[in-house]
Amino acid sequence: MTTATPTMTKAASGLRNIALSRALVAPALIFSIALTQIPFLVTIYFSLMRWNLLQPKERGFAGFENYIYVFKTGDLFPAIKATVGLTAISVVTSLLVGLLFAILLDRTFRGQSIARTLIITPFLIMPAASALIWKFSMFDTNIGVINYIVQKLGFSAIGWSTEYPYISVIILLTWQYAPFMMLILLSGLQSQSREVLEAAAVDRAGAWRTFLLITLPHLRQYIEISILLGTIMLLQAFDPVAIMTKGTGGTKTLAYLLYERAFVGMNVGQAAAYGVVTVVLTIIVATIALRTLFKVFMTGVNK
Amino acid sequence: MRSAKASIITFITWVIAVTYFFPVLWMFINAFKTENDAASLTPKFIFTPSFEGFQRLMDRGMASYLTNSILASVTSTVLVLLLSVPAAYALSIRPIVKVQDVLFFFISTRFMPAAASILPMFMIFKTLNVLDNVFALSLVYAAMNLPIAIWMMRSFLSEVPMEIIEAARIDGANFRTEVTKVVLPIVLPGIAAVALICFIFSWNEYFFSVLLTSANAKTTPPFLASFVDGRGQFLAVLSAASTVAALPVIIAGWLAQKQLVRGLAMGAVK
Repeated sequence: MTTATPTMTKAASGLRNIALSRALVAPALIFSIALTQIPFLVTIYFSLMRWNLLQPKERGFAGFENYIYVFKTGDLFPAIKATVGLTAISVVTSLLVGLLFAILLDRTFRGQSIARTLIITPFLIMPAASALIWKFSMFDTNIGVINYIVQKLGFSAIGWSTEYPYISVIILLTWQYAPFMMLILLSGLQSQSREVLEAAAVDRAGAWRTFLLITLPHLRQYIEISILLGTIMLLQAFDPVAIMTKGTGGTKTLAYLLYERAFVGMNVGQAAAYGVVTVVLTIIVATIALRTLFKVFMTGVNK
Repeated sequence: MRSAKASIITFITWVIAVTYFFPVLWMFINAFKTENDAASLTPKFIFTPSFEGFQRLMDRGMASYLTNSILASVTSTVLVLLLSVPAAYALSIRPIVKVQDVLFFFISTRFMPAAASILPMFMIFKTLNVLDNVFALSLVYAAMNLPIAIWMMRSFLSEVPMEIIEAARIDGANFRTEVTKVVLPIVLPGIAAVALICFIFSWNEYFFSVLLTSANAKTTPPFLASFVDGRGQFLAVLSAASTVAALPVIIAGWLAQKQLVRGLAMGAVK
């Protein structure tokens, strides 16, 4: 009898806890479903409709007509290629540049925090402003600073965003996101055990060997996080394409293609079909990314 | 020998840092030029400062775009905090079944391309007559930032020592006391970091603002892009506008670097 009472109250309070927890999560969950999942269901519905805003009378059920159009037109594959290519290359270049910065800043020197502050600033700048500033004050053929230097070096001016839009977008994205990678990697470097590093120094391991055998394995989870978060952010990058290249020269990403179909072409049904295909592709990529990298996030969840 | 090597590395670091920062510096400098000076074929570092650019952006009504940006960013940030703090609380301190599934759901919504839901969003907003409404836009921003906020909040909350909470419960603290007197004071810096990051993301957002707003509710980022359509020279006024638009976030970021790192790594990095 004496043992039964505590168990019962514990069970009862456990029940109350679950009810309370549910009540606490519910608003966020409902809000999120209402604003992300329901619109997506509507997108699926739209994708099965024949619906062009310029020809409102011809609205009706279309079956898979829009999907057939999407796969037949032939702009889907280039868009996938652009999205995957730009994202993958930018993530890698940002990571490498970020790693270099992190290593340079992981030393004590005068004004270290000022140097770090200068380097993180590009990440804080409004992306639309960055794209505009790079396009018109750095890359411009006439007044761009980069072309001024290029010409001083004896070459002729390069039409960056018109002739080399792909590289230009990658330069811009790397400039923006390398500081973000740097911040994460720097906190990784600073969390290294000093004793291990000192022991390596005593053993005359050499800087390169120490980096390869001690620092890099230690950084592994920080690198994984950088890649995951970088991929999430860069997959969605729309501003540089919309502002700098307007989808020219192999930079027409899925996001930009969709935007073009819907708001320039005014074809709701087709744009929706592009949207559904994009989401399906993203889910595949995300599942792979999360399967391999998600465990980093999940550490500590089940304690 | 050793110190010589160190000073060389320090020197290289500085050269890289300054070069990397240069486009931002150039934007600041161009903001204070006349259009003619800004369009000079040889980059001008010495010139008579001018406020012409700032004058012109005021004439074009930048104040109202900034107001919209502030309204959208603040409203969405407050909304995100109201939704994410309780949810994260339940997901970390008060154990709930299927924590993993719920967290997975939230993070997966962040992977979903914004472009995929923009079309119905546009149609629904149009039907409800809230197209070009700054508060409708903040709802979208809140949905965009909610997953990140929950992730971040959860990691801050899971650092609260369980012993403290249990001690409070044994002392007879009810749920309200437990939250207001024990937990919130500890995680206040975390909440500030979440708020800062949500504010930054909303302030900088371009895509939704371009598509869901027009004359009344347009925020600053699309306003910047609108300078390009003008004929003639626009680099000085564009730089001035970009400086004004970017400065609040730059300063906030400079002041809160540490919180920014913790927050952006979403607690995966301790």
